[in-house]
Amino acid sequence: MTTTELFDERAGQDREPAPPAAGGALTLALGVAAVLALGVTYALGLALPETVEQGDHSRLIAIHPGLAWASYVAFGVTALASAAWLWPRTRRATWDHLAGASAEVGVVFTALTLVTGSIWGRPTWGVWWVWDARLTLSALMLAIYLGYLALRRVPAAPDLRAGRSAVVALVAVLVIPVNHFAVEWWRTLHQGRSLAQLTPENDLDGRFIGAMAVGFLAMTLVYAWLTLHRMAVARLEDAEADVDLQAALVQRRAEGVS
Amino acid sequence: MWRDALLVAGKDLRIEGRSRVALNQVLPFAVLVLVLFAFALDPDRGVLVRAAAGLYWVAVLFSALLAVQRSQAIESGEGTRDALRLSGLDPAGVFLGKAGAVAVQLLVLEVLLGLGVVVLYGVEPAGLGLLAVTGLVATAGLAAAGTLYGVIAAGLRVRETLLPLLLLPVLAPVLIAATRVSETALSGASAGVPAGSWLVLLVTFAVLYLGFGVVAFGPLLEDG
Repeated sequence: MTTTELFDERAGQDREPAPPAAGGALTLALGVAAVLALGVTYALGLALPETVEQGDHSRLIAIHPGLAWASYVAFGVTALASAAWLWPRTRRATWDHLAGASAEVGVVFTALTLVTGSIWGRPTWGVWWVWDARLTLSALMLAIYLGYLALRRVPAAPDLRAGRSAVVALVAVLVIPVNHFAVEWWRTLHQGRSLAQLTPENDLDGRFIGAMAVGFLAMTLVYAWLTLHRMAVARLEDAEADVDLQAALVQRRAEGVS
Repeated sequence: MWRDALLVAGKDLRIEGRSRVALNQVLPFAVLVLVLFAFALDPDRGVLVRAAAGLYWVAVLFSALLAVQRSQAIESGEGTRDALRLSGLDPAGVFLGKAGAVAVQLLVLEVLLGLGVVVLYGVEPAGLGLLAVTGLVATAGLAAAGTLYGVIAAGLRVRETLLPLLLLPVLAPVLIAATRVSETALSGASAGVPAGSWLVLLVTFAVLYLGFGVVAFGPLLEDG
C-alpha cells in the first residue's frame, strides 16, 4: 500500500475537517500583499530625509516599531490559540499548530526588533545595548518564548505537550503589556510608545509617520503569511507521523500473512 | 482547599525532615555559589559588599531551582502522581501545599544564606524589617512560579534541562526587584532608591502566580 492510498484511506475517517491549505489563493494574495507592502516600506524608508541628530539611522523607524508590533501580535495570537485549545469545546489540533507557528514567527520578529534596535542604538546612544527596562524586558520576552518553543519540541504525547505549552503561553503573554508600558512605568532611555506620540501637537514629520504606519502594515502581513505557511508545515509534520505509523503497521501485518 | 494544602505541605516537609536533601545538598550548594562569587570577584571586599544583594538573590534563585526540582522529584516515583490524583485532594490545595513546602525550605535557606553573606562578604546587616518583608514576598513568588513550572516540566524526559530554561527568565523580575529592595535596605534611606514600587512588583508577581497556579494546577495534574 502506498503512502497516497494510506492518505485516501484515512481521509474518510478524519476527525477534523482539513483547514485550507497554505497554497490556496488567499495565502497567495496575502503573500503578494506582504511583499508589496515590504517593498513600499523599503522605498518610503529610504526616501526619508536624514535627521540632524541621527543622520541615516532615523530611517530605521520604518521597520523597528513595526517589527516590535508584529512580535506582540504573534504572541497575542499564540495566547488566544492556546486558550482556544484549552477550552474543551474548541479543542482542535489546528489551534495548537497556530499557537506554535505564531510563537516561532514571533521569536524571529523579537530577535529582529532587538537587532534593529541595537543597530540604531550604537550610533545614537553610543552603545549596542543598555540595561534599560524596555530592552531588558524585550530580551526576557525572547528568552521566555525560546523556552516555550523548547517545551514544544519535547518528546511527549501530542496532547500532553499541547496542553502544557498552552498553559505556558497563557502565562508568558503577560510580559507584553508590561513591556509595552515599561517606558512609562520606569524612567527609560528608550523613547515613549510610538503610537502614543501621534498627537496633533507633536512635530514628528508626516513622512516619518507614514513610513512607520506602512511598516506596521507590512510587518503584520508578513507575520500572517509566514504563520499560515508554518501552520501548514506543522500539519504536514503531524500527518507524516501518522502515515509513518500506519505504514509501519501495514508492513508488520503483511509480514504475518506471508 | 486550605486543609489539603496543609496536608500536602506537611507531607513534603516530613519527607524533607527524613531525607534532608535540601539541608544536605541544596544549602551547601547555595553557600558554594556564594564562595564561587567571591573567587570570581577577587577577595576585594569593596566589590563584594556593593554586589552582595544581587549575588545573594542569584544564589537564592539557583537554590529555588533545585528546591523545585526536588519538590517534583518526590512526586515522580512509580505511580505517585496517580496516587496524588486518586487521593481526592483539591488540585488547588496540592499546588498551595507544594508551593508552601518549597517556600518554607527557601525561607530557612535565605536566613542561613544571609548569615553567610554577613560572614563571608563582610556586609553590615541593616534594614532587617524591610529585608524580612522582601524575603517573604519574594519567596512566595519564587515558590509559586517554581511549583507551576515544575509541574509543567514534570514527567518529561528532558525536565532537568528544560526547567531552568523555562523558569529562570520568568523569575528574573523577582531577582531584579528583590535585589533593588535589598540594596535599599542595606544602604539605609540615604540611597534614594524608592523601595515601594519594587515591593509592589514583588507582591503583584506573587499574587499573579499563586492565582494562576490555583487555576491551572488541576488540568496540569490530570494530563500526565
